[in-house]
Amino acid sequence: MEDQQLFTIAIYTENHVGLLNQLSIIFTRRCLNIESVSASASAIEGVHKIHLTCFSDRRSLEKAIQQIERRIDVIKAFLYTDEEVVHQEVALYKVSTQKLLEEKNLEEIIRRHNARILDITPDYTILEKTGHSDETESLFQELKSYDLTQFVRSGRISITKSPIELVDAYLSSQEERRKRLTHDD
Amino acid sequence: MSEIITGAEAIVRGLICEGVDRVFGYPGGAIIPVYDTLYDYADKITHVLTRHEQGAIHAAQGYARASLRTGVVIVTSGPGAANVITGLSDANVDCTPLVVIIGQVNSWLLGSDSFQETDVVGITQPISKWTIQIRNSADIPAALAKAFYIANTGRPGPVVLDIAKDAQTGTLEWDRYRRCNFIRSYIPYPEVHDTDLQVVASLINSADRPLVLAGHGVMISGAEKELSALVEKADLPVASTLLGLSTMPSDHPMYKGMLGMHGNIGPNVNTNRADLIVAVGMRFDDRVTGELDKYAPNAKIVHIDIDAAEFDKNVKSYVKIHGDAREVLHRLYPFVREAKHTDWQKSFDTCAKIETEKIIQPELCNDDPDGMCKMGEVARKVSLAAGIDPILVTDVGLNQMLSARYFRYTAPRSIITSGGLGTMGFGLPAGIGAKMGAPHRTVCVFTGDGGIQMTVQELGTIMQYGVAVKIIVLNNNYLGNVRQWQALFYNNRFSQTPMVNPDFVELADAYGIKAENVEKRSQLDGAITRMMEYDGPYMLNVTVDECDMVFPMTPNGCAVDYVMLSKDEIFDVNTLND
Ligand SMILES: Cc1cc2nc3c(=O)[nH]c(=O)nc-3n(C[C@H](O)[C@H](O)[C@H](O)COP(=O)(O)OP(=O)(O)OC[C@H]3O[C@@H](n4cnc5c(N)ncnc54)[C@H](O)[C@@H]3O)c2cc1C
Ligand SMILES: Cc1ncc(C[n+]2csc(CCOP(=O)(O)OP(=O)(O)O)c2C)c(N)n1
Ligand SMILES: [Mg+2]
Repeated sequence: MEDQQLFTIAIYTENHVGLLNQLSIIFTRRCLNIESVSASASAIEGVHKIHLTCFSDRRSLEKAIQQIERRIDVIKAFLYTDEEVVHQEVALYKVSTQKLLEEKNLEEIIRRHNARILDITPDYTILEKTGHSDETESLFQELKSYDLTQFVRSGRISITKSPIELVDAYLSSQEERRKRLTHDD
Repeated sequence: MSEIITGAEAIVRGLICEGVDRVFGYPGGAIIPVYDTLYDYADKITHVLTRHEQGAIHAAQGYARASLRTGVVIVTSGPGAANVITGLSDANVDCTPLVVIIGQVNSWLLGSDSFQETDVVGITQPISKWTIQIRNSADIPAALAKAFYIANTGRPGPVVLDIAKDAQTGTLEWDRYRRCNFIRSYIPYPEVHDTDLQVVASLINSADRPLVLAGHGVMISGAEKELSALVEKADLPVASTLLGLSTMPSDHPMYKGMLGMHGNIGPNVNTNRADLIVAVGMRFDDRVTGELDKYAPNAKIVHIDIDAAEFDKNVKSYVKIHGDAREVLHRLYPFVREAKHTDWQKSFDTCAKIETEKIIQPELCNDDPDGMCKMGEVARKVSLAAGIDPILVTDVGLNQMLSARYFRYTAPRSIITSGGLGTMGFGLPAGIGAKMGAPHRTVCVFTGDGGIQMTVQELGTIMQYGVAVKIIVLNNNYLGNVRQWQALFYNNRFSQTPMVNPDFVELADAYGIKAENVEKRSQLDGAITRMMEYDGPYMLNVTVDECDMVFPMTPNGCAVDYVMLSKDEIFDVNTLND
């Protein structure tokens, strides 16, 4: 068995209904557990970008990527290790305002973790922390002892460090092909 | 000039613009508008009404594989849709181009568990090349065009259109139909580079023991001539997968036989002795490779395939050529040098000699007139009596393995069989479609007593349309293939494999299909002659011995060169090492 690690999978797709389903069944079939998901529009008009993280070995995920790319509506899919991308996630925390005022070191914790306050009411305060999962996790661990009532963490989003934009290159070569084809018509 | 037409009308006109003149299907509430339109276009599109939707989709598969055209299926929602699932899965794994049009409930009812609603997109997505739900009439022409483009380009496969009833009854503006030739996220025919081909050529030019594996993809791309030219020039022995059978004629000097679990000895044993394997349009199914860790240990593997997802999926390759087999083989030709591999070629003959003696002769050359026929013997005789370039269509089981092994192939696309899914019940309806797709060729359907009963209702379709298929039931009154495993690996405990069967001749008779029994060898030749001379459908119910098995056999989990010649004899690989 090869070494297991957390990989980021970035998938560029057409914006069609049912796409996430097409992708998730590929993971299900291969018994791969998706750790996090995040989907949104990309910088390219009409192109959707889906980020998944998955804890597995490279070979298994490479096979999954091949099967993902085989889907007609998928434009490109990539597999990254943490070193190859800049990645972030957002976490929100709801703590008791009372506690926050009482316990001096809570304020210190917030500052130390570089968290932000999004909302304060007499009952609760909502904090936000953006960072790597170990960072959002460590704030969670500290807040646990202070009447934390809700905690939620987004899926990972990432941007590649490579200077080459493969999807742009692919799309422009496809655009060339389309023009040739309509020309032949 | 544009006009206002209904969605149903657009579907039918679109089919005609795609060159469709035959569809297979079964009507129902959610697809009635399309059937109503088909009524007006009966002069342009022949609709074949099968007796079950599974029959319709297998018939469309047979049609597609015999003609290389796209098979079209039209069925209703809910149960109609559910009944095509087996065929979709089968077509998906066996690279068969289909457009499957499924009626769906009115769009405003979607998701409400309304009458005959089923989640077609959800169910079919994992087993089709592409699926789309259409809720607006105006989306129909473009979706249909896309469906045909996707189904029959690149690696072919089934495409599903799930069309809400109100999209069929609603209207749209129609001016002209635009066929699709471009999808941004899809490259069906990737570019092949000479530099990669030169690498392959130098491997071929320096190999001592090269072996070419020809798969279904060679025939899908129509690369049979290019393959022969290449292997004749460089003196390369060729072995084929089950679905690659008939890529080369059975008697071609370079053709060495079938690979895999029930393939020929030479191709399997020499897979593990080869120093170079060039796999073309085949996907290293586990029935072909046996135990992966012991597969082709001495060979560098070149994998030529149009589907990048096949590379390194099962077998790691040394060079991958992502492209269409025909183009690749054509462009490879000039880089390959003429060569001779005399000793290597001879080693196949050595294997063939042993196989002939131990397995083929006993299967084909028994001359006891009162004995029961052997399955292989029947297949060989039928193929030789069936005129020019007959097509073998099989069901699944011993009947499949033995007819595939012993049928003589003279032209490409002469075998239509359920390979990847192994669907019992495939044979009879696929035979109907094959005959419609290749009307001038004799279609011989080999089936078992078990398999035929899974879709036996299609005798009604044969009757209604007078489809001139020749049906050969190899009747051992057993689920024979399972019985073989029980005999070899489960201590003769024949759990739920014996079957009490109807009188198949009387059954055929009830459908007005001529039929006769062949109980012993002396009756075989006459029966085959009568069947072939008869102008129309015909059935032979041939009694075969329940104890007959198919050999050679590489059992599950064994290396390909572990070849059982019988229950108690293993092929000795050392025979080749002197
Ligand atoms: C009871 C039973 C026993 C069996 N025993 C055997 C056996 O002994 N031996 C055996 O071989 N099989 C056997 N099979 C069948 C086996 O399961 C597979 O179906 C078969 O091996 C697949 O053959 P294939 O890879 O050639 O075809 P496919 O599965 O159809 O794959 C075709 C390949 O060609 C590629 N392709 C398609 N178009 C092109 C193109 N234009 N250019 C290039 N590539 C293209 C596709 O991407 C795909 O990778 C058995 C099946 C059953 C039911
Ligand atoms: C739909 C389906 N169910 C079960 C099987 C498992 N199976 C494979 S071969 C076989 C026996 C086939 O019996 P028969 O049709 O009589 O053919 P024979 O092997 O006897 O020639 C069975 C049950 C299958 N392939 N397909
Ligand atoms: Mg049987």
